[in-house]
Amino acid sequence: MRDFFDDMHGTDGDIRAAYRTVAQWLAETPHETLATKREEAERLFRRVGITFAVYTEGADTERLIPFDIIPRVLDADEWAMLERGLKQRVAALNRFLGDVYGPREIVRAGKLTDAHIDSHPAYCAQMQGVQVPGGIYTHIAGIDLVRTGADEFYVLEDNCRTPSGVSYMLENRSVMMRLFPELFARVGVAPVARYPQDLLATLRSVAPGGEEDPCVVVLTPGQFNSAYYEHSFLADEMGVELVEGIDLLVSDKKVYMRTTDGLKRVHVIYRRIDDDFLDPLAFRADSVLGVAGLMEAYRAGNVTLANAPGAGIADDKAIYMHVPEMIRFYLGEEPILKNVPTWDCANEGALAYVLDHLEELVVKETRGSGGYGMLVGPHATKRAREAFAKKLRQSPSAYVAQPTLALSTCPTFAGDKAAPRHVDLRPFVLSGADGVRIVPGGLTRVALQDGSLVVNSSQGGGTKDTWVLRTNGDR
Amino acid sequence: MLSRAADALFWLARYMERLDNLARLIEAAQSMAGVSSEAEEWRSALTAAGVEELYDDAHPVVTPDLAARFLCSGPSNPFSIMNCLELARVNARAMRTALTRDMWEAVNQGWLESRTLDERNFSPALLAETLDWVRTLSTRFSGAYETTMLRNENYWFVRLGTFVERADSTARILDVKYHLLLPENSSGVGGMLDYYQWTSVLRAVSAVRAYQWVYREEVKPWNVAELMILRPEMPRSLRACYDNITGCLDELARIHGGKRGECHRQAGAIAAELRYGRISDIFQSGLHERLTDYIDRTRELGDQIANLYMR
Repeated sequence: MRDFFDDMHGTDGDIRAAYRTVAQWLAETPHETLATKREEAERLFRRVGITFAVYTEGADTERLIPFDIIPRVLDADEWAMLERGLKQRVAALNRFLGDVYGPREIVRAGKLTDAHIDSHPAYCAQMQGVQVPGGIYTHIAGIDLVRTGADEFYVLEDNCRTPSGVSYMLENRSVMMRLFPELFARVGVAPVARYPQDLLATLRSVAPGGEEDPCVVVLTPGQFNSAYYEHSFLADEMGVELVEGIDLLVSDKKVYMRTTDGLKRVHVIYRRIDDDFLDPLAFRADSVLGVAGLMEAYRAGNVTLANAPGAGIADDKAIYMHVPEMIRFYLGEEPILKNVPTWDCANEGALAYVLDHLEELVVKETRGSGGYGMLVGPHATKRAREAFAKKLRQSPSAYVAQPTLALSTCPTFAGDKAAPRHVDLRPFVLSGADGVRIVPGGLTRVALQDGSLVVNSSQGGGTKDTWVLRTNGDR
Repeated sequence: MLSRAADALFWLARYMERLDNLARLIEAAQSMAGVSSEAEEWRSALTAAGVEELYDDAHPVVTPDLAARFLCSGPSNPFSIMNCLELARVNARAMRTALTRDMWEAVNQGWLESRTLDERNFSPALLAETLDWVRTLSTRFSGAYETTMLRNENYWFVRLGTFVERADSTARILDVKYHLLLPENSSGVGGMLDYYQWTSVLRAVSAVRAYQWVYREEVKPWNVAELMILRPEMPRSLRACYDNITGCLDELARIHGGKRGECHRQAGAIAAELRYGRISDIFQSGLHERLTDYIDRTRELGDQIANLYMR
């Protein structure tokens, strides 16, 4: 028996059906060849990476995230289940957002309080009562999943604001296809390349009513943002303009961009800047990234923002624990994807339990992200736990706790051999007025350090290509 | 396309062209060493580059070494060759997606190379070599855009920037030396000093050979003026620049469904004057007056282009 479920070997060590071909390929490919291929992959990435690094004067950038050449594989049935679960979950999150900024039925049903919602930092008062096209708030959602067993998947976190990483999903695939064309011929892998077209279709579907040929743009904070590469990549792939705040202006509650042909009306803005910076008139007055009057144009229904301002209230770690309940409440369905049990330390009983069980729990800041400010109990020293307990007692409502999950592992090329390393998965869910689109796959992040559970790139994590099989592995 | 993109491409091309013109100016001034008053030659170069006042603020006297360093890399000179390259790269980076990969690499590679230069590279011993390298920057850049850019709006804005900058530069170089070209200043045909000075004007626009091919006679001042102002076959003449400018503006009008603006009218008027003008008339109405007029009108044209497309 293994301590962790392994994507390729399960718990008993036998090769799982989904990995049969990949395992065969791994066994018959000399490690020297793999090492050469890995160097080649690095070179390919560095080439793009150099292009990216110059934007930031050669500093260590996201683009240089390590890439592992052994793919992570899911079979068609596994994916079908995940896809159903993702659709269900994001549908509920969108319904929840519509309710928060609308009738507040969830409060009347006694599941949340008005105070809970109104005092939330991601709550956006300017959104109250605004009608959004198709009732969609989080058009692009990234749902972080982990696996603990053959049929055990958990949602670790929802990302409803401006999730990034999709460019890695696409580039990882194109690098893998270039390195191992023969392997793609042996394994039927579902393609992911249509993501940019899906994104464009989704954005066009939520254009203000009656617009036959809506103009879509990507709004970026500019060349010094760490995700700028992704912004320009997506704009390029969709064939739309990549704009900055200074390219846009609002006149008569309509948004225009300044072009060489004069002002051109903009209907949908895929914005990659945070709520606070969107509009200096509505939010932070010192923002130079946004567009004055944008919120007014948005509230008048003349432009669509994706994602909607205030969508962040749905992805906070304290709201997270209510998502299964939301699914039952709004959709009348049982959740397909499980939540990790979560103790809200704001609750006294929960706090007492968490303090008693620190050595077996993961404690996270409610508003934290990127793997910062968290305590992984089983891996922490006694001293670190005691220091953390002190912080916890001081401001309990800033923390939630979860059991340490036995995150699945996936074979990863480590030095001279394939060794198990922990992985997670972020699929991207596109919600439009005309339905939900998910490309089969997502971004697999891998903790490259032996035994490490932290996959965040800011903490030394890498990425893998994610393969969803067109058929089931045993066929 | 975005106005900001048009603006960035236009200025990228202007700065890449400007650093080339600066290198030629310095070479022309150098070539006069030992022939005429060096201080005077370098002062003309500083004037033509439009940085005479800045120089006087920084240095009490004009010496060849100080002036050359000031034009190449002077920290108090915002329009030094090194600063032009820096500004070119800022514009390129701001609109990276509007550039072809080759264009970006031409600018970025040049910029990376410039980072390895130090004071010594601008010393009299190494200056010639450094200037050779500077001139490769703009040929690499124009080569890259001519061979890799799609002939869409982006391309015409880059080209427009190149020729507006070049027209400005040619007019300035001629104006600084205009007194040499006036017949009454000539100390008699064939005078050695005059010959060198006229040649230095030609050298500043890389036209010494071209002169021989076009006129097949000894260097005469009115020929020099005609070559640089009116001859269409001379690629740096005002006439050639304005033919190209109107060509670019016509393409842009076509792309924008026939929309034309004040810049089209102004460019067309200047181009027609140059096309049908006679050098004797230009001398009659005052060479200096006409050249400063062209400098002013080229600046005004730049504003009008920005008005129509970049705001």
